[in-house]
Amino acid sequence: EGSDDERKHKKLLEAISSMGSRKRKKQNERSEASVQVSEFFVNAEGTGEKVNLSDLLGTVEKTSGASNKTKKQLRNLQSSKETLELPLNKQQTEKIQRGIAYEKTAAEVSCWRNIILQNQKAEQMVFPLNQESPGPKRVEQVVAGWKVQTPLEQEIFRLLHINSQPVDDPVLTPVEEQSLKAMSLEEAKIRRAELQKARALQSYYEAKAKREKKIKSKKYHKVQRKAKCKDFLKQFDEMVKTNPEGALEELKKMELSRMEERMSLKHQNSGKWAKSKAIMAKYDDSARKAMQEQLQMNKDLTQKIVVPSDDEHESNEEGLETIPDFVNDSEPVIDSVNPWMRGQLTHEEPEVSCVTTEDVQTAEEENEEEELVGEFERKRKLRQADEEDLIPTEEEQEEEDVSEFNTLFRLMRSEKTLEGSNQTREGLNTPGQEDEEGLLNEGQIRVRNIEDLEVLGEFVDPQPIAEPSLPRTAAVEATSEPPYKKKREIDLKEVLTKEAKAVKVPFLPTVVDEEERDEQISIIKEAFAGDDVISDFIKDKSKLEAAGRPEVVDLTLPGWGEWGGVGLKPSRWKRKRFRIKTAPPPPRQDQKLPDVIISENRNASVASHQVSQLPFPFQNTAQFESSIRTPIGPTWNTQSVVKNMTKPKVITKMGAIIEPMVKEDFIKNKTTTPGGKGPAIMLGENKRAKEDGAHCDTHKTKHHT
Amino acid sequence: HQSAYESDNIKVLCRNPDDYVRETTRDIQRVPRNYDPTLHPFEVPREYTRALNATKLERVFAKPFVASLDGHRDGISCITKHAKSLSTVISGACDGEVKLWNLPRQECLRTVQAHEGFVRGICSRFCGTSFFTVGDDKTIKQWNLEAPGYGVREEPINTILGKAVFTGIDHHQRESTFVTCGQTVDIWDEQRSSPIRSFSWGVDSFSCVRYNPVETELLASCASDRSIVLYDTRESAPLRKVIMQLRSNTLCWNPMEAYYFTCANEDYNLYTYDIRHLDVPVTVHMDHVSAVLDVDYSPTGREFVSASFDKTIRIFPKDKGHSREVYHTKRMQHVICVRWSADNKYVLSGSDEMNIRLWKANASEKLGLLSTREKAAAHYNKKLIEKFQHHPQVRRIARHRHLPGDILKQKREQREMKEARRRREQNVRKHSKPGSVPLLTEKEKHVAAVVE
Repeated sequence: EGSDDERKHKKLLEAISSMGSRKRKKQNERSEASVQVSEFFVNAEGTGEKVNLSDLLGTVEKTSGASNKTKKQLRNLQSSKETLELPLNKQQTEKIQRGIAYEKTAAEVSCWRNIILQNQKAEQMVFPLNQESPGPKRVEQVVAGWKVQTPLEQEIFRLLHINSQPVDDPVLTPVEEQSLKAMSLEEAKIRRAELQKARALQSYYEAKAKREKKIKSKKYHKVQRKAKCKDFLKQFDEMVKTNPEGALEELKKMELSRMEERMSLKHQNSGKWAKSKAIMAKYDDSARKAMQEQLQMNKDLTQKIVVPSDDEHESNEEGLETIPDFVNDSEPVIDSVNPWMRGQLTHEEPEVSCVTTEDVQTAEEENEEEELVGEFERKRKLRQADEEDLIPTEEEQEEEDVSEFNTLFRLMRSEKTLEGSNQTREGLNTPGQEDEEGLLNEGQIRVRNIEDLEVLGEFVDPQPIAEPSLPRTAAVEATSEPPYKKKREIDLKEVLTKEAKAVKVPFLPTVVDEEERDEQISIIKEAFAGDDVISDFIKDKSKLEAAGRPEVVDLTLPGWGEWGGVGLKPSRWKRKRFRIKTAPPPPRQDQKLPDVIISENRNASVASHQVSQLPFPFQNTAQFESSIRTPIGPTWNTQSVVKNMTKPKVITKMGAIIEPMVKEDFIKNKTTTPGGKGPAIMLGENKRAKEDGAHCDTHKTKHHT
Repeated sequence: HQSAYESDNIKVLCRNPDDYVRETTRDIQRVPRNYDPTLHPFEVPREYTRALNATKLERVFAKPFVASLDGHRDGISCITKHAKSLSTVISGACDGEVKLWNLPRQECLRTVQAHEGFVRGICSRFCGTSFFTVGDDKTIKQWNLEAPGYGVREEPINTILGKAVFTGIDHHQRESTFVTCGQTVDIWDEQRSSPIRSFSWGVDSFSCVRYNPVETELLASCASDRSIVLYDTRESAPLRKVIMQLRSNTLCWNPMEAYYFTCANEDYNLYTYDIRHLDVPVTVHMDHVSAVLDVDYSPTGREFVSASFDKTIRIFPKDKGHSREVYHTKRMQHVICVRWSADNKYVLSGSDEMNIRLWKANASEKLGLLSTREKAAAHYNKKLIEKFQHHPQVRRIARHRHLPGDILKQKREQREMKEARRRREQNVRKHSKPGSVPLLTEKEKHVAAVVE
């Protein structure tokens, strides 16, 4: 039985073991080729072993395709015995990466430095930043949301789109706007200042020209003309040297004008005016002169133009002689300065050229004027369109304005340079100084009304009553008048005579008869019969002075070290040794003011209102005092000054969300392309298509609304 | 006879009407004024009196509390502003409820049961169409800002299941990516259900992560190992880490100055850092008497508001070491979150006792539309106070604040402790080898290390 059991057991075991083995076999069955599946399974030969260089080398030698160079390199590798260094461990690599990334970010963030400093220094900040300017908007901004409907409109806007032409004439063309966008804020500001300055100058010149045009004085215009002529001559001379082509052009113009003159009868003394003058000429000297002038003009204009070169000198002179003489006998020259009045043809060369250029000058002037007028017209339109333009039209102001713009402009420049120069580390304030500054007095007293505030003083008085010997220089008298600075010598008697007058005035009504006045005086005299105010005052003062004088302290002990008794005095030596004199105090402030007593005692009631220490940002008392002395209220200043002095540091717009700074608005990358190339106005379908493209983009929505 | 009489004896006062008659009735009446300084003496004393009065009035009118929004059934855990609407605010509570509020009407517009457990963070999408919430149930949910129609269930637009609890969320300023923090800092695309990038640097949990609103690729996070870590989404690794003495709870970037941020620390202080010089904070802001839990910058970047466990809110100028204002009420408990409204006028605080409170950012400012003269007077008064701010009476009144007794007590205690510590350090220095105990400034004390 036992053996049977054993057999059965064995059989069972076998069965179990066979089951297990079958299972394992099933598990190991895999279809894909893998190296590390199982130790029991079939593997390719040599898997898991390292590939030796020699194995590679053998095959390379056999293959014909491999170049000799690679073979050589492989052979060299085989021969070298050096091992490669281990790569850095993970921690160290990460640390290095972090370090580099941090440096990069810190540098990137530092680009805000200038802007932050500027904002910290700014006298006033207006939030939200980059606000659209108030006032009327340009048409294209208003029209932006409008949809084109009729075919005519579509046609019009299609045309406008093609040229990217703004609808109204705006201040800036699209190109200019784009270039402005590409600039940073400060650059834009500088540019704006430049533009403003240019505009101011222009309007100034415009006004000047207008003013001059209005002047009726002929003499003035004559002088002006002459000056212009001179200028032109100079210019022409220079032109000959520097720009001969330009000079030739000018000459041609002159020639043309000469031809015109010769064709016309303009200055031939044949007009209506000339005839009327001719009648008068017999009697009137000036009429004669005027006629002469006209003739002279004609002569001058028809004069052949001289080409100013040395070679043709001779021939020119000959030419001069050939010119017919229209005026035979000229008037005695009255105006020696005026070349028109010479009346003779014996001109030197420059004179001639001067005369000839004159007409050209006028012609040219006309051209220029036309141009200018056109230009001005255009600019004026621009200015009207510009809502922010602040240039006044009054002529008196213009010069001021120009200078103002100049200073503004300079200021901005200097600011810009300044920012670059100061590279100190900002923001690190010392704790010691500001600690005391910022502390709130926190207590358990609730303040509900003014009375509470008054009571507050008794509880929390931070000002301990200081000893009177505190140096006065530190304390600033807010309530007392500044001490006299002039050290005038005033005679006592002089003061006394004045005093009598001073008493009289306030008591007397202004309209009083002589008798009444006398009566009044006698009454007053009677009333104050016993009082001698003046002598009292003098006594008081001398008393005070005496009190202020240093006292001598006598420490002598009679009888100590020598004989003492009735009739015996301490010795001279002893008296000298033991009488102590204190140093005299500084001279009294009212020492040289006979009619004033200045009390130098510290007044406790005033002291609680006085500043006992120099506050932090100030360097000396004078600075602080001056800051206190200038009043800022409307009682002492004009409205504009008050407004300027009391303007708050931060202005926020009611109900507006203040967004954080946007990098693109403040820091311009050089790589960013300036704005879209689309037209200034975007209408209807175009716009919406763009919006759909940008998924919930805040910026765009902001611009629409 | 008459003419002779006129010419000889009567002198007629004659004025040119142009000097005093208005051209139109809309013109301002011309008031002749003589600015001769001798006619207006004592300008300094008079202005001083005006300044003193202005200061007093400022304190009397200082009533900063505007409204309280109640409705949550648990402590407020987070608040966020709507990106496009000033009047809308979203708040999350510790019971997983999210509420939308209308501020001018002071009422709740909508209530959403967003999560199970805490709502850890909310952020509004930059376009103002939807908002994201993260909670203790390991999910990120995106919700529509418009309420569903009548009878329609509140369903999130999108739900993302995460592997671990998220503790904070912030959205990119312009792009459709957002960042969450928890065990790692993850950057997500709105369209994908797995993070497009994960940052971790040997720490197990983060409490706060914020995008820089100006340099929009920069990130900063506060971790539980007392560190603040900076990231750049364009880089493969985090940038740098500052380890402080105690943990920072939250941080906020300055929206106008790209490289400054301020963190609210457990050691009762706030620290403003310049990311270019992380070894020393730029300013240490101290005044709170308990851990600071939240901080938010004003949109102008000039000031920030902080919420503290000591039941107060304080407003600090960004470069000053001490607060300019402290707000508290009897009923306000530990303030957990605080936000400054986008128009720079209000401050919102959410606290433990289930209320959201609306405060004025300038306590004595008159709200609403002001006439030109009112405005001018306000500006003048402000300038006067500024001019005479160093005078003891003005300073005393301007700086007086009422504080509850227990906070005052704590404050005194801490001052004593600080003094004792200083004395102790002095003594140690006195009795040790010269140079062995270095002299550290207040700023240097709080930074333990900067890890590259």
